[in-house]
Amino acid sequence: MLLTVTVFAPLVGAVLLAVIPSARTAGGSEVPAAAAAEAGGAGVRAGGDQAARWVGLAASLVTLGLAVALAMRFESGEAGFQLGQQADWVRSLGVRYKVGIDGVSLPLVLLTTLLVPLAVIGSWHMTDRPRAYVAGLLVLETAMLGVFVALDLFLFYIFWEAVLVPAYFLIGSWGGERRVYAAVKFFLYTLLGGLLMLVGIVVLWYLQSRATGTGSFDYETLRDLSKDPSTQRWLFAAFFAAFAVKTPLVPFHTWLPAAYVTAPTSTTVLLAGVMSKLGIYGFIRLCLPLLPSASRYFAPAVMALAAVGILYCALIAAVQRDFKRLVAYSSVSHLGFIVLGVFALNAQGLSGAVFYTVAHGLIIGGLFFLAGMLEERRGTRLMDEFGGLQQAVPHMAGVMLVLTLAAVALPGLVGFVGEFLTLLGAFLANRGLAVLGVGGVILGAVYLLWAYQRMWHGQLTRDENRAIGDLDRREWVVLAPLVAAIILLGFFPGPVLDRVQPSVQRVVDLAGRAVGQRPAALQPTQPSP
Amino acid sequence: MLAVAAFFELLGHAAAERTAVLRGYQWIAAGDLRVAFDLRFDQLSAVMALVVTGVSSLIHLYSIGYMAGDQRAPTFFAYLNLFVAAMLVLVLAQNFLVLFLGWEGVGVCSYLLIGFWFNRRLPVVQPGGRLDPDVPDETQEVWAPPAAKKAFLANRVGDVGFLLAMFLIFQQLGSLDFDDVLGRAQRAVSVADGVAHLGSVTIPGLSAAAATAVALLLFLACAGKSAQIPLYVWLPDAMAGPTPVSALIHAATMVTAGVYLVARTHVLFEASATAAAVVVVVGALTALLAALIAIGQDDLKKILAYSTVSQLGYMFIAVGLGPIGYAAGLFHLVTHAFFKAQLFLGAGSVMHANDEDTDIKHFGGLRKLMPLTWWTTVAAWLAIIGFPLTAGFYSKDQVLAAAFEHGEAIARFAWVVGLLTAGLTAFYMSRLVFLTFLGEPRWPEGRHPHESPPIMTVPLLVLGALALVAGVLLTGGSLVDGPFARFLEPVLVGELPAPLEAEATGQALLLSVLATLVAGVGLAVAWWVYLSGRVDWLALRRRVAGAWLALANRLYVDEAYELVTVRGGRALAALADLFDRRVIDGAVDGLATAVAVTATRGRRLQTGLVRTYAVGVLGGAVLIVAVLVIRAV
Repeated sequence: MLLTVTVFAPLVGAVLLAVIPSARTAGGSEVPAAAAAEAGGAGVRAGGDQAARWVGLAASLVTLGLAVALAMRFESGEAGFQLGQQADWVRSLGVRYKVGIDGVSLPLVLLTTLLVPLAVIGSWHMTDRPRAYVAGLLVLETAMLGVFVALDLFLFYIFWEAVLVPAYFLIGSWGGERRVYAAVKFFLYTLLGGLLMLVGIVVLWYLQSRATGTGSFDYETLRDLSKDPSTQRWLFAAFFAAFAVKTPLVPFHTWLPAAYVTAPTSTTVLLAGVMSKLGIYGFIRLCLPLLPSASRYFAPAVMALAAVGILYCALIAAVQRDFKRLVAYSSVSHLGFIVLGVFALNAQGLSGAVFYTVAHGLIIGGLFFLAGMLEERRGTRLMDEFGGLQQAVPHMAGVMLVLTLAAVALPGLVGFVGEFLTLLGAFLANRGLAVLGVGGVILGAVYLLWAYQRMWHGQLTRDENRAIGDLDRREWVVLAPLVAAIILLGFFPGPVLDRVQPSVQRVVDLAGRAVGQRPAALQPTQPSP
Repeated sequence: MLAVAAFFELLGHAAAERTAVLRGYQWIAAGDLRVAFDLRFDQLSAVMALVVTGVSSLIHLYSIGYMAGDQRAPTFFAYLNLFVAAMLVLVLAQNFLVLFLGWEGVGVCSYLLIGFWFNRRLPVVQPGGRLDPDVPDETQEVWAPPAAKKAFLANRVGDVGFLLAMFLIFQQLGSLDFDDVLGRAQRAVSVADGVAHLGSVTIPGLSAAAATAVALLLFLACAGKSAQIPLYVWLPDAMAGPTPVSALIHAATMVTAGVYLVARTHVLFEASATAAAVVVVVGALTALLAALIAIGQDDLKKILAYSTVSQLGYMFIAVGLGPIGYAAGLFHLVTHAFFKAQLFLGAGSVMHANDEDTDIKHFGGLRKLMPLTWWTTVAAWLAIIGFPLTAGFYSKDQVLAAAFEHGEAIARFAWVVGLLTAGLTAFYMSRLVFLTFLGEPRWPEGRHPHESPPIMTVPLLVLGALALVAGVLLTGGSLVDGPFARFLEPVLVGELPAPLEAEATGQALLLSVLATLVAGVGLAVAWWVYLSGRVDWLALRRRVAGAWLALANRLYVDEAYELVTVRGGRALAALADLFDRRVIDGAVDGLATAVAVTATRGRRLQTGLVRTYAVGVLGGAVLIVAVLVIRAV
């Protein structure tokens, strides 16, 4: 029950936003006194907007609180699904509402619920229809959380496609230049992938009904269903289409720079920080356990795509002039490490991949926030327009430095744990591709440090950069949790890894099973020494 | 202070039991990987910890004077302390991953401190060198940040080696703990002529090929951190940082981390003759190359930087030789920390007195104006050129003696190169000292060189004294042995009689005399060219213009690197960018347009947007595919 409440709490917030008294009656019971007072002189309309922001923040904070409560109740030694709930939905088709979390989904739920309030605070000054914008963020949150907890494939698909709608409007309505092009491209591309996944899900249902007489979308039922290798390969291709586009994997990534760059800052943070993890999650949750033989069959090819993607996107990032675009390519490059870890199909690689999704969310989220703050101040994202900023805004430079170093995976910061484990896992699985991927460690440092040097080092050459203010209190509220988490989890990744570990081991066991073998025979085993 | 206390506590234990391991909390665990924050304190760690804390205390003291007046001094000291902490993690680590934490930690501190003056243009003597003395000053303004980045990136290349080495070790042995990995090594012992000889090492579970790969990958990391061929190019550039940083990080401590790593993991290098040979050869070639380039530099700090690279080469020769050389290599590490720290701090004192000028052509005759700096620099200078009874004399001669005694062809080669380098060292160091402190004043008008305040000169005095006496203290006057070597023996060589026999002393004496003579020649040549007044050295420069320019331009190595990495990298990246936008994205957009056009033409429906048709077409296609797939299975 708690899980369901957590998932739908943001949606309730969004509905609330839609029904709260509109501009003229602002100042009602839902508006905190401080907000009302603050808004007092700014006009009635602004008062309503201000209320909307507070409601949105409250909803997202409540969700965060609920997610923390979930984490407290979570049994860390347990491999299976916990805190679940189920109910019949469409009985004739075997569609059910079934949710639950395990060690793979819990970190992602926490990451999502942490980033959304920050995104709301981060877009506090947005003046263009803020009520609708905040509502959009909240709907997006519910949809993404739904994907992470759904244990019924039909439900999974519903949430999966539900993500597209708010994301489409957030990009298309609030984006910068070329926003319609970017939004449509994003929508069509990911929709196409999603539809192919739907085909896969329907086929799975059909196989189940052929085997037992009754079709089912139940995750665990379908996981235990025996599928012959050639079928698995077809199904893998269908699911792969959805996940590879969403992640994205090179060469299915070209919707991303357009969408990330044009979307408003807080939307980009959620797209890069959380939405890109939907694809990763899909690989781990669906491809590996449901289609083990195909996953093993395609693993080297996917790893090769990931390794090439790491280097390819790092190279492209190196020549970008637009900082936001650089971070966008950097994001894709780093996601390559995660995919490398996933398809290593071993405990190190998968643990690292799950951990890295969290790390990546924190780091990339922070980088996009900072990019947005700079753009707000100067109205440009071109790196040539900056230079010597460390002198003008030392605090901002300090935060940027921590984020940059975390992104280049400095030990002691959060990125290293993920990068080390994914690469170690990849090395154990496929030495050659891992060595290729390790090259990304060098290239990552090249473009990130070069960008840092161009924007923050040197002398302040432009007068307009002299006057930009350092981080204000609101911006500190956004960045401080990220920086704190980046440092803390770098030194103490244990709390996360301990919870991830049993579930990941189960995925490894499931992915390793032969065709026809039932997973029941595979209790979580201790790894061989 | 704590390190000193720990050291004495260590001395209280019997030699074989002098290892304390402190088990910390679990850091990273996944699958069968378990890495904890375990620390280890043994003889090797103790030596390193003492050098690090000792030298860094003195340099902190010096920095109080040197950085006075800098607005960001608190930041500077914060970074400096962060560095010391990371360095201690490095030398106290009990497993590879914690060592790597320190390894990267010192790297990032180095990055931060080199780039400390991120917005200041620093005058640096143009690397190209100048032939015409009539052309006015040729200082070139440079930024510190590119140097910082270069250092970080060169180290990154090495770090990749470290990472891969760790992966390979874990794959083969299932652990990253020193006890599990290095502790399993077995050393064969052969007894001949009634004397036990150290034999080869095998590591059960690690094949010879794997051991070679691991050792070479680790050495790549060492080459990055300790500025050896092919990754040495970052260190001279790193001189853009404040001078105390150059003294602490880029001379005395951080750059010796590679030597420490080889010593710590020595069994891996002993298990692979190839890897050990590579270490020796690279060390020897680096020592020679850097000494040659140092001759051609006019920048005070650059000369010292190349000198550091060269001296590090000596250390690698020693630790690459095997058990015979470990103690010598670490001994040289310690003495070098003293005398090179002094040289840098002395250089800082000179720069401080000369408006931050670093061009040795602009000094001369500073001896009388800066007596303390002069006398302490003399002490360190005598040490580095190997003047008898100074610290450098003992340590360098132990390295050379080890190379000679080792006997194999590669070791003999290293000995010859080392001897030659000793001569070159004496030449370029004497050149530096003569041009700076002796002769006629050549500084521009209006400059008033002065001695530095006591807070800067006291560390100079301590380090200068150590440069003179540390050798005698640590060896007890012996040329081949001494308390230092015996202290380290249990952890490096094991419970065996010392490989060097007493009869070797006579031979060692002979070798020392030879090395001293070679150094004397270098000194004499430097005197003749730069001090005797019989040679117009600026005119000489023009007469040997070709050779001079090659040396002054660092043999064009940096330019070649730049061409390949920066230009080549940029071209490749631009190509990838173009490919991404035109080919991949072009294909995607083209496909979408084609679908949309087909949709509009085919259906000729009146309203709506193109994209709705596209969705319609896609949906239809998906249904068809679904039906087909269901039929197929």
